[in-house]
Amino acid sequence: MSEGIELLEERANREYKYGFTTNIETDTVQKGLSDEIIRLISAKKNEPEWLLEFRLKAFHHWQTLEMPRWAHVKFPEIDFQDIIYYAAPKTKKAKPGSLDEVDPELLKTLDKLGISLKEQKRLSGVAVDVVMDSTSVATTFQSQLAEKGIIFSSISEAIQKHPDLVRKYLGSVVPMTDNFFAALNSAVFTDGSFCYIPKGVRCPMELSTYFRINQENSGQFERTLIVCEDGAYVSYLEGCTAPRRDDNQLHAAIVEMIAGDNAEIKYSTVQNWYPGDANGVGGVFNFVTKRGMCRGHHSKISWTQVETGSAITWKYPSVILKGDYSIGEFYSVALTTGFQQADTGTKMQHIGKNTRSRIVSKGISAGKSQNSYRGLVRAAKTADNARNYSQCDSLLLGDKCGAHTFPYIESKNNTAIIEHEATTSKIGEDQLFYCQQRGIDPEKAVALIVTGFAKEVMNNLPMEFAIEAQKLLAVSLEGSVG
Amino acid sequence: MLSIKNIHASIDGKQILKGLNLEVKAGEVHAIMGPNGGGKSTLASVLAGRPEFEVTDGTAEFEGKDLLEMSPEDRAKEGLFLAFQYPVEIPGVNTTNFIKTALNEKRKYQGLQPLDSASFLKLLREKAALLELDKSLLSRSLNEGFSGGEKKRNEIFQMAVLDPKLTILDETDSGLDIDALRIVAKGVNTLRNESHAIVAITHYQRLLNYLKPDFVHVLMNGRIVKSGGKELALELEEKGYDFIKEELKEGLLLN
Repeated sequence: MSEGIELLEERANREYKYGFTTNIETDTVQKGLSDEIIRLISAKKNEPEWLLEFRLKAFHHWQTLEMPRWAHVKFPEIDFQDIIYYAAPKTKKAKPGSLDEVDPELLKTLDKLGISLKEQKRLSGVAVDVVMDSTSVATTFQSQLAEKGIIFSSISEAIQKHPDLVRKYLGSVVPMTDNFFAALNSAVFTDGSFCYIPKGVRCPMELSTYFRINQENSGQFERTLIVCEDGAYVSYLEGCTAPRRDDNQLHAAIVEMIAGDNAEIKYSTVQNWYPGDANGVGGVFNFVTKRGMCRGHHSKISWTQVETGSAITWKYPSVILKGDYSIGEFYSVALTTGFQQADTGTKMQHIGKNTRSRIVSKGISAGKSQNSYRGLVRAAKTADNARNYSQCDSLLLGDKCGAHTFPYIESKNNTAIIEHEATTSKIGEDQLFYCQQRGIDPEKAVALIVTGFAKEVMNNLPMEFAIEAQKLLAVSLEGSVG
Repeated sequence: MLSIKNIHASIDGKQILKGLNLEVKAGEVHAIMGPNGGGKSTLASVLAGRPEFEVTDGTAEFEGKDLLEMSPEDRAKEGLFLAFQYPVEIPGVNTTNFIKTALNEKRKYQGLQPLDSASFLKLLREKAALLELDKSLLSRSLNEGFSGGEKKRNEIFQMAVLDPKLTILDETDSGLDIDALRIVAKGVNTLRNESHAIVAITHYQRLLNYLKPDFVHVLMNGRIVKSGGKELALELEEKGYDFIKEELKEGLLLN
């Protein structure tokens, strides 16, 4: 085997720099799932009766379901009774009122992760909510946002303070019966973020949530709900990491978004859950349901994701284009290395007239990883003049990885126009040597090629986030070429 | 500048170079000719450090340093430039950005600051004009969808920007029409000076009409079997390689 490819193979051995564990006292419930556990979680969170019923109903539905197997990923049976469904860092108070009351160990962890809440507060003007294991530990900027009528808090807090709003929208886009993992999440979700932007308000800062799994054997089931009333705008960011562990951790989140008339939601995420070690041991199973509803006319929902983590990623951030003239967008970069597997893409459901959607998916596979794009574009009978453009590009590094594209198109309206383009390319020995001959070492060469490949998606991220994501891609590629 | 002694090199266990010697001094232009399969492109690959080739014996020094010990990128940063016979396409990598990265990597190696954007663009424009390069190519992905002639011109353009000490032209003239050949040769000639050397691998006399080499070598069976002045190229053009094969048989040549 020639040197360049050998070097590429080494990518699997790269280090995961977020793999540390924090020693924080944690309040956990016993392993397993039952009516009792759900009642216990609900009681711990002091939830209203309707939510307990919602959870139990979801749980009972989930019990009738089987784990789906259609994704292009392989993994062992998951023992759902061997998972801790509630783990919360113990704090002196139920919810810290200010940063000074947050456990200093926790603040140290956040510093290590590069999220200094205090710094954030002072410098960047990004409001941050941090969710560790099952609980939201800190939210910044709440009072400034409240002046504009914006609610940005953990979903637990929202359930206490704004139960009617939560009740109105929870499960309205992703019903509890939607799929296996959605049902599971609906039964056991413990925290997440809630954003509510009232009519006509443009959220003046980026809202950001940071998710972290810390506790061993715990699952993370967060629930994010974003509502933009008529004419409102918000840009929401999400980041995630987890410690290095030999066991697989389960992450099954739900994100629901609702956009009213002329409203716009821009959702960006950089997903960096622990991907497992060089031999494919450990790592997070990331089975997530994300869906946005363009309810109003001229509304717009845009998903941008940079996926570098998780042993398995299985997610399809989707948009239901119900309002006339609504727009759905999906921009994705998925990088898989080592033994990672990703099956990701989107669904664009055109229902309203003159709706438009755009899909740009860039898959990068290296090592022995498998990277699949799976997308559905559907134009309903009512979707006159629906328009979709999809572009799926795959880049292969080395010859032991795989890239797959599964586009599904269903059109029931003969005025709809749906376009799909796909390319597959490979970083070859020749390309690397060419770069080397110009004085560019192989690692930089790969970064250059990957960056160029992902540029169209990266350009959609908010500035600071784009720089982070760029760095993350480079870090993920480190060791890939020597 | 370049001193090659008794180089033996193989690929996939097959011996291609069998004791090749070559001395190139600063300011000189050497042409290497010879029949297909004689080892011309192997020589270029070995000098540039292509990993598939294994050097089994011999030495190569570049500016007094052991060339064979260096990584391909270090050879480049030391000032060795290979104009590829078949330049690769790199989709997604903007040509300007690529050249800028290459130039700044070299500058870093030399202990210099990266060139600021204004100076870089000025340099780029100047060299693009020299090679009559369509400026729209600079904003496209490297070599992607370029015509054969454009690719070759882009090689010489990069050479002009990177300003190497030693340039190896690997059949740069093949696939070029007469106008393109003239432009490429002009570009190479502007780089000719006492501190710069050129090794031109070619099949044809026509490039040499422009380059006017100081030495012409015939590479055959993995060795340089005959060397001479530019008149040797003319003789080869006229007679083909058969007469050299004959001389070889008669033992008139070295080796």
